[in-house]
Amino acid sequence: MDAQSTLNELRERVMAAHQQRHPLRLRGAGTKDFYGENAFGDRSADAPQTPRGNAPASAATLQAPGAVPVLDLRPYRGIVDYEPSELVITARCGTPLSEIEAALAERGQFLAFEPPAFGGDPTIGGVIAAGLSGPRRMYAGAARDFVLGATLLDAHGDILRFGGQVMKNVAGFDVSRLLCGSLGILGVITEVSLKVLPRPRAEETLRLEMPARQAVEAFNRWSGQPLPLSGAAWWDGVAWIRLSGAASAVSAARERLGGEPVDPTATTQWWNALRHCTHPIFESNTLWRLSVPDTAPPLALPNQPLIDWGGALRWYTAAPSDIRSIASAAGGTAMCWRGVPPASGRFHPLQPTIATLTRRLKDRFDPHGIFNPGRMIAGL
Amino acid sequence: MRQSEIAAALRQGLPADCVLSRDEELRPYECDGLSVFRQKPMLVVLPRTEDEVRQVLITCRRLEVPVVARGAGTGLSGGSTPHASGVLLSLARLNRILEIDPVARIARLEPGVRNLKVSEAAAPHGLYYAPDPSSQIACSIGGNVAENSGGVHCLKYGLTVHNVLGVRGFTVDGDLVEIGGRAPDHPGLDLLALVIGSEGLLVVVTEVTVKLVPRPQLARVVMASFADVQSAGNAVAAIIAAGIIPAGLEMMDRKATAAVEPFVNAGYDLSAEAILLAEADGTPEEVTDQIAEIEKVLQAAGATALVVSSCEAERLRFWSGRKNAFPAAGRVSPDYYCMDGTIPRKNLGPMLKAIEDMETRYSLRCMNVFHAGDGNLHPLILFDANTPGEWDRADRFGAEILELCVRLGGTITGEHGVGIEKINSMCVQFSDAERAAFFNVKAAFDATGLLNPGKAIPTLTRCAEYGKMHVHAGALPHADLPRF
Repeated sequence: MDAQSTLNELRERVMAAHQQRHPLRLRGAGTKDFYGENAFGDRSADAPQTPRGNAPASAATLQAPGAVPVLDLRPYRGIVDYEPSELVITARCGTPLSEIEAALAERGQFLAFEPPAFGGDPTIGGVIAAGLSGPRRMYAGAARDFVLGATLLDAHGDILRFGGQVMKNVAGFDVSRLLCGSLGILGVITEVSLKVLPRPRAEETLRLEMPARQAVEAFNRWSGQPLPLSGAAWWDGVAWIRLSGAASAVSAARERLGGEPVDPTATTQWWNALRHCTHPIFESNTLWRLSVPDTAPPLALPNQPLIDWGGALRWYTAAPSDIRSIASAAGGTAMCWRGVPPASGRFHPLQPTIATLTRRLKDRFDPHGIFNPGRMIAGL
Repeated sequence: MRQSEIAAALRQGLPADCVLSRDEELRPYECDGLSVFRQKPMLVVLPRTEDEVRQVLITCRRLEVPVVARGAGTGLSGGSTPHASGVLLSLARLNRILEIDPVARIARLEPGVRNLKVSEAAAPHGLYYAPDPSSQIACSIGGNVAENSGGVHCLKYGLTVHNVLGVRGFTVDGDLVEIGGRAPDHPGLDLLALVIGSEGLLVVVTEVTVKLVPRPQLARVVMASFADVQSAGNAVAAIIAAGIIPAGLEMMDRKATAAVEPFVNAGYDLSAEAILLAEADGTPEEVTDQIAEIEKVLQAAGATALVVSSCEAERLRFWSGRKNAFPAAGRVSPDYYCMDGTIPRKNLGPMLKAIEDMETRYSLRCMNVFHAGDGNLHPLILFDANTPGEWDRADRFGAEILELCVRLGGTITGEHGVGIEKINSMCVQFSDAERAAFFNVKAAFDATGLLNPGKAIPTLTRCAEYGKMHVHAGALPHADLPRF
């Protein structure tokens, strides 16, 4: 079937759902079935145990009686436009991430926000709807920073285009960035245009042994200096520093920081494990993701964390009941990534005025609540 | 009388000197940087504190008075053109730098702080605030948030939306909102992206937290001459295709260099049809390598002359012409009208050719300066407002450029905003359903419609009037109908 017919079919499903007030679960490759308030494939729920916890939900789970019907977005796929000298790629939502990354690699470019694949091959629509970013996030930018435009299939079946294929665009509200991380609650992201960057000419990783407190201090000190940092993480007494850029800048920084150079295989393994959430810590039955200011000193929580984003992202395998207030006190938020979420939900609760604005936006864009009900906020 | 009733109500919550109501006090606020649109506000309020801002909003909400927020008034799209029966809320007195944290590399600012002042305050720590609009000496950070301002370095360092971590402010109801913050990720929808660039339609911002970045050790700029504009445009694409992201990549045509050169003595090659400025920054080693690469690419692309800045003073001199292009236009012409469309870089050639044709058709001159690296054009249409018909022609000239931007796959505004100026062109870029979505966003934040009414998003009726035969995104409406 050609792309236009596939899109028409999606439109008809959405219009029918809107008319009949039937909810839809928007789904790409299912790599993030575990993600969100009403997650599928969560080992803490009744879903079958999976070795990694990242595996998509089974057909049985998806088709269980009472399950919200899935709107499969994989068929609407394909790269629509890619011009390396414009630094922009445009693709339909169902396009596999691997296809996009292969096309970019052929021209020496990449998605600098390093979206996680969770050991699978997510669709680009899912990547943007989740809005998650990898280890380069603090240095190159987050997923939302690379969104130039998005097309939305709204509840009425209209196709709306926001943003575009140019770097600078301030016409109208920035709805394309609003859609990044919206978890599909405002409608179906059918197409996205993303800014891409040339791959760094040179890249090197260094290991430095140091305790967590010292690592966080060092990460912040280095971030305040003109160094070509592109990753700073810590695990089990070792800080991992990635440098990217011109060969001369990378080697000058390596001289300055010292430490032990890491061989290319181990380098790829390490950053991929962080990026794709395949590090052994992700096999834990309980896992909390804390987003905090990068300067926050080590938090008063049991077990040592995995630290990423130069100190701004911290993963904990133990969750005392006051984990949210500890995160808040540090100026951040805590999300229950895996395990039984507390009564307040998987995501850190929103401030009341923010929650009100969120509800109003949802009501305006999706008045009958057909898109991914309850995925971002219970009952919404 | 309504004015005195509202002034009295506002004075109850504010010191007397914060409310201006006399004609001579109101006059200075009748326009922003786009002076062709003038409207005297009913009242001007100048609060000094966040709580006073809240009082103003609560009073205006109660009395159903429109509120137009204003920063330094340097905007180029009439975004803070006053409302005849509204309050102009100047945030200029909220101008304190609340905090500079060199370790966390952030600055917490009141909205009235000038853009350049942030970088000056951060300089002792080797840090600066990256977005640098040409008006940075005067424009305020609150205005930058409202417009999502760019500058000459945003190809590498991003726009305001990439450099603001959080905002604090009030809804029209006086409810405090804190969006974003020092942690990088936040649960829920990305409301920060919505508020940045919302042109004062969603919230009134009273505090902005921005990211500071390390000042590069060194920056040098290559100035290249080209015998025609098309090869300069191709050179820009060649630099990007070579895997280089320059810190700045700007183009000026001959009419622009001729206007600025006598004004600033930047040392521009006046025999060239176009010049390119390409800047490299970073460590000394990195800059040396990148400059060499850029020179190689430019030579291959047909540059007729290349000069590399040999010291910081020379680098600033090369930039001074570009940064002073607007005032220079004001020197060579009684008035100028600055456009702000963005197009995919590959269409630079056809666009410039089309502008040349329009110059003949509208009998007006146009000089061109571009943020070439990101395809953002600033054609400056020269006219004389005192000559009958000239403004009208300039206005239509501008609208035609913007419509062409949309047809070439671009946008009507890259960084100056829609304001009141480009409101009709919004009908060309967006469909009814898309504008309805914008109104949904507006209604979620401000159901009363009191915040900056009539700006940024045209109503369906307005577009119906404007666009009876206009095209949307290059396609005529009802393309299946026969046309004569």
